[in-house]
Amino acid sequence: MRQKIIAAAIAAAAVVAAPQALASEELNFDAYRQMLADGNPAELFEMEGEELWTTARGPKNATLEKCDLGLGANVVVGAAAQMPRYFADTDKVQDLESRLMHCMDALQGIPSAEIINGSFLKGERAKVAALVAYVVGQSKGKPIQVDLAHPKMKEMYAMGEKTFYYRTGAMDFACSSCHSQDGKRIRATSLPNITTSKGAAEGWGSWPAYRVSNSQFWTMQHRLWDCFRQQRTAEPVFGSDVTIALSTFMAGKGNGHEAVWPGVKR
Amino acid sequence: MANPMRIRAAAKEGVTEVRVLMSHVMETGQRKDSSGAAIPAHFITELVAKHNDKVVLNAQFGPSVSTNPYLAFKFNGGAKGDKVTVSWTDNKGESRTDEVQVA
Repeated sequence: MRQKIIAAAIAAAAVVAAPQALASEELNFDAYRQMLADGNPAELFEMEGEELWTTARGPKNATLEKCDLGLGANVVVGAAAQMPRYFADTDKVQDLESRLMHCMDALQGIPSAEIINGSFLKGERAKVAALVAYVVGQSKGKPIQVDLAHPKMKEMYAMGEKTFYYRTGAMDFACSSCHSQDGKRIRATSLPNITTSKGAAEGWGSWPAYRVSNSQFWTMQHRLWDCFRQQRTAEPVFGSDVTIALSTFMAGKGNGHEAVWPGVKR
Repeated sequence: MANPMRIRAAAKEGVTEVRVLMSHVMETGQRKDSSGAAIPAHFITELVAKHNDKVVLNAQFGPSVSTNPYLAFKFNGGAKGDKVTVSWTDNKGESRTDEVQVA
């Protein structure tokens, strides 16, 4: 029976002109994504984040206008394209989320613990996500440019690479199980090959994103947390080193390629 | 308090294209929350778009429209600097009006 179907499919394929292109088009979400990009609802989160940036909040009733994302206080344009980066004031490599968390704590007095122990899409963590939307929106179309020169950046990159290939969880999966070959997909979603520079940029540069299927805006921290969950392994702490390491690895590998922030996903 | 809309309007060769992104939950009333209780319906029922003071589009929305709806339409006329106003009203009586200048 199955063989018959395959034979029929081959026969049908022979009749239809350019069956290869047609099949991949049907399965590919990219065309749909391009259509959606014009009215990407992530823009609503960008607007919310922009307002949050200049709104005095928290116990210290301060805005984030003194927040330094690496290019100087209040410089938002292009900042996301150069993150994660090493920050001398905290002596740490920080990604956008953990840097925002630091700014909110230091400037506004909003304790980071509240965000770390919180839930995605809720409370202060949702506020971080909106801020992320605003900041990455200001790096739209900019090439990824992460400076890996600092020893702590090298260390993070190496740890990220190790984590990428580290098989764990009930299904003995590593990130590389799904993301180390070209042309792979899960259902209709094509998987970037993160072992290549282009693929890494595709992965890194299309998150954070608005997910059409659940109308939610997901940051890279959220996406990575979900990768761990899908691996059926221990879920990482928000803003923890392992998440920043993976981000550093992807961003560093994707250096030079354009980011399409914020993305839109199925 | 409803969140602002994102409206863009551009005039080209006597036709103005308007693109509107609304921020709304658009809850159908058919879904249940984690405790099994029905989530009350909450969706936009009417949308009116005006060019200066003239109504150019009047639309009735229902629960089948997605969360954070996107609407694009064109109308004849309109020049740079003209005013385009979009308002919606939902089934709870909440409303939101935003305005933009034609680019």
